[in-house]
Amino acid sequence: MEVAAPQAAVPVIELVGVSKRFGAIQALKEVDLSLYAGEVHALVGENGAGKSTLVKILAGVHRPDRGLLKISGEAVELRSPAQAQAAGIAVIHQEPTLFPDLDVAENVFMGHQPRDRLGRIDWRRMYREVEQLLQSLGVELNVYLPVRGLSVADRQLVEIARALSQDARVLIMDEPTASLSPREVEELFTIVEQLRARQVAILFVSHRLEEVFRLASRVTVLRDGQRVITAPAQDLTPEETVRHMVGRELAALFPKEEAAVGEVVLEVRHLSRAGLFRDVSFQLRRGEILGLAGLVGAGRTEVARVLFGIDQAESGEILVDGRPVSIRSPREAMRYGIAYVPEDRHQQGLVLDFSIARNITLSILKRVARFSLIRSRQELKIAADYAERLHVRGGRLTQPVRALSGGNQQKVVLGKWLATEPRILILDEPTRGIDIGAKAEVHRIVSELAARGLAILLISSELPEILAMSDRVLVMHEGRISGLFSRAEADQEKVMLAATGQNRQSR
Amino acid sequence: MSTTTTRVEESRRRALSGGKRLVALVGRVRELGLIVVLLAIVALVGLQTPRFLTPGNFEQILLSIAILAIVAVGETMVILTRNVDLSVGSTVGMTAFVCADVLKNHPQTPVILIVLLGCALGAVLGAVNGLIVALGRVPAIVATLGTLYLYRGLDSYIAGGTQVSAYDVPDSFLSLATTHILGVPALIVFAAAIALIFAYLLRATRTGRELYALGSNPEAARLAGLRAERLIFLTFLLCGLLSGFAGVLWGARFATVDSGAATGLELQVIAAVVVGGVNIFGGSGTILGAMLGAIVLGTIDNALTLLKLSQFWLQAIDGAAILAAVTLDALITRWLQRRLRSGRQR
Repeated sequence: MEVAAPQAAVPVIELVGVSKRFGAIQALKEVDLSLYAGEVHALVGENGAGKSTLVKILAGVHRPDRGLLKISGEAVELRSPAQAQAAGIAVIHQEPTLFPDLDVAENVFMGHQPRDRLGRIDWRRMYREVEQLLQSLGVELNVYLPVRGLSVADRQLVEIARALSQDARVLIMDEPTASLSPREVEELFTIVEQLRARQVAILFVSHRLEEVFRLASRVTVLRDGQRVITAPAQDLTPEETVRHMVGRELAALFPKEEAAVGEVVLEVRHLSRAGLFRDVSFQLRRGEILGLAGLVGAGRTEVARVLFGIDQAESGEILVDGRPVSIRSPREAMRYGIAYVPEDRHQQGLVLDFSIARNITLSILKRVARFSLIRSRQELKIAADYAERLHVRGGRLTQPVRALSGGNQQKVVLGKWLATEPRILILDEPTRGIDIGAKAEVHRIVSELAARGLAILLISSELPEILAMSDRVLVMHEGRISGLFSRAEADQEKVMLAATGQNRQSR
Repeated sequence: MSTTTTRVEESRRRALSGGKRLVALVGRVRELGLIVVLLAIVALVGLQTPRFLTPGNFEQILLSIAILAIVAVGETMVILTRNVDLSVGSTVGMTAFVCADVLKNHPQTPVILIVLLGCALGAVLGAVNGLIVALGRVPAIVATLGTLYLYRGLDSYIAGGTQVSAYDVPDSFLSLATTHILGVPALIVFAAAIALIFAYLLRATRTGRELYALGSNPEAARLAGLRAERLIFLTFLLCGLLSGFAGVLWGARFATVDSGAATGLELQVIAAVVVGGVNIFGGSGTILGAMLGAIVLGTIDNALTLLKLSQFWLQAIDGAAILAAVTLDALITRWLQRRLRSGRQR
């Protein structure tokens, strides 16, 4: 095992006591981080631990509220991505941002193309240099190809080449392997090793612990916006790392009420959709809350979308009340009594400029309309009923939803779907981005709904929420079911190990 | 291990060279396609009316589109950045009238000054568009729809219902449009020169490439440190300047100018650019393509006149040409994307 970075040297880049707040959410709190030339430093943490915020600060997208950013020991301020680049910091995004219409070479050199004495672009030199650059990385990529057709892996290579063409000294890789095939991951790792040998400082952000322990010389764990530990990789085991990642407070959560769990209303058998999830099977019962845990990109939302008829599965079966059904559209899903509250309520759940009442009745227009004309009184009556049951606060029913707080908006979305009187409710991250008080209230409502006999599939990236609310916990890892725990069995560590795919590997 | 690696690499290399050829081909397909369409029209119409196939008639076609082509060069640059300039017709109209009017009142003004005046006026009008879009962040289609009417209104106000006719301006001005350079009408020479210069600049300068980058992915352009506002302002400025020059030529060519000059020109210009394969959503297309687009539309126009078909047919066929071009463009892009994807599977 390689020895950790030379500690005597000055870090190429360093964060000292960096804090960042977005509205009510403290994204980062007094975080320290240092990167040395020639080291691969892994940054790990649960969803929402603050990894992306940290990356964005290093990339010049966000500026810290407090704290210092030092480059080679000197405090600097990065006001834009362009400034970060000029300072030698390059970011390889999970989904590369490139110019699809332009070819590989132009993408590498956009903004700093080699020029001849007259200031004209020296195309021949540009193609030659990009070819050499890619060759030095051991990569074969046609520099004349437009980027439009390249795979994610190849587009990442273009970004890496771009970083090297600008002599980047710091390379931040934000979940670079998330959409790569195993073979592509291997190729990427070879290149990361080369970059390390070239004395580039690499920050490797990932939640795949196997990869972290293969590549990194040091590991920093973030939890709830705070740094928990920074340690040489050989001093940590995956199990310890997981323990550092979890261990969040269970306070201020509303535990699920006991409810009689009844017959199976929804069953999924061997459901697959290429590249997204494979062989997913589970049962959901009346009055039950089935928690669906996993890391971002594990395929949970993709499963939900299939259940609600937005996408189609390629193989497998869906059974409602024991009868196989084919759900080809949300309309059909609603007919089977399935409701889906999507994660992004602004884009998918609400019409912000419509009133509270109109949003709630949007999915049941038939019931409020006569001869295709909406009867306002009927609309208000139905809406008032749900708004009261859900404790929507902050305004009259005729007020636009835009004016409500996040928590109350979420309640309106819930109200909208409850108005369809579903029997199966799929909730995707129902409490993301809302404050603690509203969270507890959403939990109480969900729990009440289950008590009244609804079957609920609860997708959440917050382990405490999953553990407090669920009768059973289903865990997905990279598109497959990697664990199923009863309420009594489930704890943060078991679920997290399953979510990171550790439970299946013997280490 | 080594044998499989070699085999994989072998197939990969083959996919690569195949991809290269494919892309090189498709890159030319749009322009080649236009040339094929052009030749088809020429052949078909030539069989019907022999008069169509005379050199004089071809010169006539090029003359008829020369001014439009100059504006199309500017419009191409604007569209490449994902914007559009709807005010070019009004800009041409206003500069045409103002230049002719100045000459009417001061017949002694040297023609070169008039040309500079037209360019400057056009540049100012373009700069106003640029400021509204780049700094005001008003969508270009709305901003320039506004200035389309604003500039036309100003033009009417300046004209006050008057018109300048051929008798009011000196012959030296009119000769801008009638003179020949090396036996070729000056208008055609101007248009060709401008197209060549800007085509070269788009290829050879960083700024030129940055226009493509900005239109291709604004977010990536920002991350690459490109200054979007500056680039957008610059394209509107240049588009205005070229429209101003086109306005001067318009005055010289048609000699009789009132406040309605060049009304509706913007749509012909955009039609030519789009038919020429410039993506209306920015990021791809060439000036050569836009020029071919103008020639194709001009040829259709000319052919219909010779075939004595009504104006109604002309508009319908222009419309059909635009739809065909845009649909073809979308199909090619999708097909190319699929082919490249499958060629790159490992």
